[in-house]
Amino acid sequence: MQFGLNESQEILKQNARQFFAGECPMTHVRQLAESKQPYDPALWSKIAAQGYTGVIFPEEYDGLGLGKVELILLMEEAGRALVPGPFWSTVALAGAVIDALANVAQKKRYLAPICRGEARSTLALLEGGATWDLADSKLAASNDRLTGEKLFVLDADVADFILVAEQTGVFLVEAQAPGLSITPMPALDLTRNLYAVQFKDTPVEKLGDGTNFTRALDIATAALVAEMVGGMQRVLDLTVDYAKMRKQFGKPIGTFQAVQHQCADMYLETESSRSAAYYAAWALEHDAPDAATATSIAKMYASDACRTVGNRGIQIHGGNGFAWENDLHLYYRRAKASETMLGDATFHRERIARLVIDAVPVSFGGNDRSSR
Amino acid sequence: MDLNLTSEEMQFRDELRSWLTANVPTDWAERREESLESRFEYLREWQRRLFEGGWAGVSWPKQYGGRGANLMQQVIFWQEMALASAPPMANTLGLGLIGPTIIAFGTEAQKTRYLAKILSAEEIWCQGFSEPNAGSDLASLQTEARVDGDFYLVNGLKTWNSYGWVADWCELVVRTDPNVPKHKGLTVLLVDMKSPGISVRPLRQITGESEFAEVAFRDVRVPIENVVGNVNQGWDVAIGTLMHERGTFGAGLQITFRRNMERLIELARELRRNGKSAAQDPLLRQKLAQCYAEIEIMRWNQMRAFSRISATGVPGPEGSIQKIFWSELNQRLQQVAQELLGPYGQLEGVSPRSVDKGTWAYGYLRSRGNTIEAGTSEIQRNIIGHFVLGLPRSY
Repeated sequence: MQFGLNESQEILKQNARQFFAGECPMTHVRQLAESKQPYDPALWSKIAAQGYTGVIFPEEYDGLGLGKVELILLMEEAGRALVPGPFWSTVALAGAVIDALANVAQKKRYLAPICRGEARSTLALLEGGATWDLADSKLAASNDRLTGEKLFVLDADVADFILVAEQTGVFLVEAQAPGLSITPMPALDLTRNLYAVQFKDTPVEKLGDGTNFTRALDIATAALVAEMVGGMQRVLDLTVDYAKMRKQFGKPIGTFQAVQHQCADMYLETESSRSAAYYAAWALEHDAPDAATATSIAKMYASDACRTVGNRGIQIHGGNGFAWENDLHLYYRRAKASETMLGDATFHRERIARLVIDAVPVSFGGNDRSSR
Repeated sequence: MDLNLTSEEMQFRDELRSWLTANVPTDWAERREESLESRFEYLREWQRRLFEGGWAGVSWPKQYGGRGANLMQQVIFWQEMALASAPPMANTLGLGLIGPTIIAFGTEAQKTRYLAKILSAEEIWCQGFSEPNAGSDLASLQTEARVDGDFYLVNGLKTWNSYGWVADWCELVVRTDPNVPKHKGLTVLLVDMKSPGISVRPLRQITGESEFAEVAFRDVRVPIENVVGNVNQGWDVAIGTLMHERGTFGAGLQITFRRNMERLIELARELRRNGKSAAQDPLLRQKLAQCYAEIEIMRWNQMRAFSRISATGVPGPEGSIQKIFWSELNQRLQQVAQELLGPYGQLEGVSPRSVDKGTWAYGYLRSRGNTIEAGTSEIQRNIIGHFVLGLPRSY
């Protein structure tokens, strides 16, 4: 048993950290965040040139063919750098869904351009009821046409095609399709935008038969948790640096246990979220029987942790933590968006309950594969 | 990253598992309700059996009678012991803390004299560390030892000694030089608990039982050759002992928590709430799922920590997050059990209507000790703040 990164995983992670720090420094993040359109085509090309847009996809579709652990290492570093734009939605969300569901021809047409950095995509899940339980979806395509509305769709206006999950399966809509309209839903996260997407007799193409969709969402969820871990780590680092530097009553505020113990809790919550993200990725990669439970545990824990880590970070920064000029609020805004994305802690606790309490007999790492 | 056991690890596990299947006593569950004193001979006998099978002191080097197991094998050992519901060993502190300290710091004569009898449970050990006025600030301890010919003359009062009421020997930390900074004047002595001048008083704790004792030393004569390590360098020896306290033992604890969780889920299915199964009560489901999740995260945190220790060779200060995590988790778990059981939660084992022989009433009280024993949560957070995050020392 060895629950650590191997040498090539270490190198991948270090390279990603250097890459994002160099190509997407905080000044650039802030510039994009304040521009109302946080997608930067030049940055996207550089990310694609690294192969990151195809990290987990097969080489036959121009991907790198690496595993889920490699994916979450990239996501963690992207989260640390607060990389704006559709990286997660294109690769970890839409990409994973296409990879899991689509037929060969569809993968050539849609997955390969994602790997090559030529296309961006996203997945439309929520409707007016805003519940992550797919059973509540009311939208239904008929005769390969779709009419209705999806809400809270990430990065929709930069997507070349949008995946739409509805009652009978997952469909793909081209950005240029007739009857498609996209309206912004201005929200807290300044580094990723949300949109309402309307369909009016819009032509759609079905992706596969819908099996494996839950597993694809679990891959996206684990990747999101890893991104949250990167954000938490950055907030922790900023806060500890501040507590060492900022002096009151003649000494660094980090000397005071009321401050120091909050930093210790931030560390505990960040490390525990990281353990969960890594384990979930490993379980998904190896199709372990507890993969779905592990994913929900990770998202449940990290959803609460990323909020409390942010709360403590701002509190320890005092007035400076409340200032627009400080970077903390950019992470804090992302954390709130990620906390709800694909289900908050309450949603995932219920899913865990379905997987482990409703299953008979009780066993850890037990019955899985149930729907969300 | 490979979370499966290697074939060597699996071989070790299988060998141990079949030994345990053949040797773990089946009547331990019934003995659990007895007083500590009355079941102690039973635990001593169990350790003797482990010793004869070659399973006492798995972490000890082979030359001192141990198995020389590596870290992952030690983890497997504690997991398998917990999975087999094996009783604890009588000489827990001797095997886990004091033996390793003697191996690391002791003389050859001390190793020859003490180690074998620790393994066989022939001599039971306790630790004399805490004092009424020296808890978290251990280095401020006052028990003094003065040289008197070939002996130290020891005077003072120790408290919270686990196994103090049954121990034959004690690893005692004393002040040998009061005129230097507090960490620099300490020495570790091995003390025969039958020495004249020692009196032991059991401490009755919140649960009503007496796991711990208070031990008074009045002009107790301890031979000079019983010093472990160097005179006035006892702090390093004591810290070395305490580092073992946050070792692989937690792997077994995780299994115990897991078993408690599985039992709670069973109980939730049996009990009723608002006209339906308690397992279908939305709020209880949330709380049970939270506990379940944290027990799994405890395991994953441990796996990462063990892998890191295997790679670097030393337990680091990051171990403090394990201590905080499991102790606070157990308190939350016990509270959820109380909420689930309602009025039944408070019934003690003697009540014929109690659930699980009063385990949950007992566990609720006992768990308050978890965030205090083996370094309080506050001390653990200081360790993380200073030694892991590099913040200035707060005290």
